[in-house]
Amino acid sequence: MPESISRETVAKVARLARLHLNDEEVDRMTSQLAGMLEHFRDVDALDLSNVEPLNQPIPLSNVMREDVEVPSLDRDEVLANAPAAQDGRFRVPPIIGFEE
Amino acid sequence: MVELRTAVDVARAVASGELSAAAVVEENLAAIDAREGEVHAFNVVTAERARERAAQIDADIKAGRNVGRLAGVTVALKDNMCTRGVETTCSSRILAGWKPPYDGTVVRRLADAGAVMVGKTNLDEFAMGSSTENSAFGPTRNPLDTSRVPGGSSGGSAAAVAAGFATVSFGSDTGGSIRQPAALCGLVGVKPTYGMVSRQGLIAFGSSLDQIGPFTSTVADAALLMEVIAGHDPLDSTSLPQPAPELMSVLSHGVEGMRIGRITDMPEGSSPDVLERLDAAFDVLRNAGATVVDVQMPSMSYGLTAYYLVAPAEASSNLARFDGVRYGLRVDAKDLNAMYGDTRAAGFGDEVKRRIMLGTYALSAGYYDAYYGKALKVRRLIADDFAKAYESCDVILTPTSPTVAFKFGDKTNNPLAMYLCDVFTIPTNLAGHAAMSVPFGTGEAGLPVGVQVLAPALGEAPMFRVAAELERAA
Repeated sequence: MPESISRETVAKVARLARLHLNDEEVDRMTSQLAGMLEHFRDVDALDLSNVEPLNQPIPLSNVMREDVEVPSLDRDEVLANAPAAQDGRFRVPPIIGFEE
Repeated sequence: MVELRTAVDVARAVASGELSAAAVVEENLAAIDAREGEVHAFNVVTAERARERAAQIDADIKAGRNVGRLAGVTVALKDNMCTRGVETTCSSRILAGWKPPYDGTVVRRLADAGAVMVGKTNLDEFAMGSSTENSAFGPTRNPLDTSRVPGGSSGGSAAAVAAGFATVSFGSDTGGSIRQPAALCGLVGVKPTYGMVSRQGLIAFGSSLDQIGPFTSTVADAALLMEVIAGHDPLDSTSLPQPAPELMSVLSHGVEGMRIGRITDMPEGSSPDVLERLDAAFDVLRNAGATVVDVQMPSMSYGLTAYYLVAPAEASSNLARFDGVRYGLRVDAKDLNAMYGDTRAAGFGDEVKRRIMLGTYALSAGYYDAYYGKALKVRRLIADDFAKAYESCDVILTPTSPTVAFKFGDKTNNPLAMYLCDVFTIPTNLAGHAAMSVPFGTGEAGLPVGVQVLAPALGEAPMFRVAAELERAA
């Protein structure tokens, strides 16, 4: 089990999650996550060495359907919900970044 | 307290012309006018749509057209179920104003059966919580005692039925979010077998855990609703191939010869009033001809621990879609990455941020095996415990919630205390099994206590038989 979570790790995870946290939030999150991960150490009492992980509860494999045309969502109705749209597409800010 | 109508009675009376669908809607709207201000069950009340739909059903009946098994039954839907053209927010600022371009499968099946939607109900933001105190739009109050929570995360749906705002309602259950509020509001609440009910159009929280299910005032109503909404859906790739189970017909079968499991190593922490009702439930079933069998669930208390990694891990992935591009809130910024980060910071509440962070961490390189991988192994142990227990019993009884409805603020400063509300409900979701809560008398302060009936996957029929027996004795 890794050591308790650091402030730097929390800041890195926030970047991975695309979630801007201010300094006060990073502090609070560091102590709360540390508490939860500490709680998780309970499971160290269990012998898990020969246990297969259970990813999902029912044994389903890939589900295929016939490759036939079916109506899709109405484009105008979908785009009506977008914060910004142009020429029948979603409009976003520049993708090539200004990374600090 | 208003007299609650049942779906069975409403559907029969409306179909026979004894009662108009319009009258049922007006009754609900009057109850909403009288008490919604204090209860806050709804994010939106769809009064005009409900009136139009009821008028259509009444006209269809007059014209002799087939109106379906839920004719005139009013329903309230948790606000994480997509309803075409009606705002669907998950009680989050990040989705405020979003009008889905489609109806989810359950929503469509209900409408096809003649049900009338009266509104979308409040929830803990993205269904993360056990009290409905985490809603971005303010808490819901328990109609039985407004100083107390209705439970959560489907607290608005539970409150809507308990207050007579709708005949029945629907919620989603990822770790207990239907059963616990049902228990706290004195209702029947069902978490179907994973894959029994389509998740299409349910905004995902934990995809391997989530199921939609009903809140009702009677077991028969829950059986009727399950028959309408369950069954294979090609639009959900995790939907089981089975047709909907027949449940109405088993309610009168009794429990003679059934084996009822009692967990001898149950997690501690339940209050005495709740345990007293559980004992009484075993007595009722024994007197009705069932045998009570002792079973062990040594991994049960680890369920909570595993769940609070598995569910946030799945949530962190599912909630990646809320990025300010296709729907909901956008906070403008100089480039795409900055827009994502600012939008999500402004749009999500504290509990949601906490779970996204925990989930992202548990899935990130270097930590995956230590946390998420381990949690999935614990998940296997819990499924194995159940499998072993069900070799000697047909269903298992536990409390639904360790306590009756608690007061506002009691647990908001301690996430772990709040998570403990779900200690008895979570293992079912991890295993993908069926479970339901049945009101069974009252405890502290005269508040309702729920008994939980657990059943293996596809064990809905025996589960409903036991629930019906408990209801007859309650």
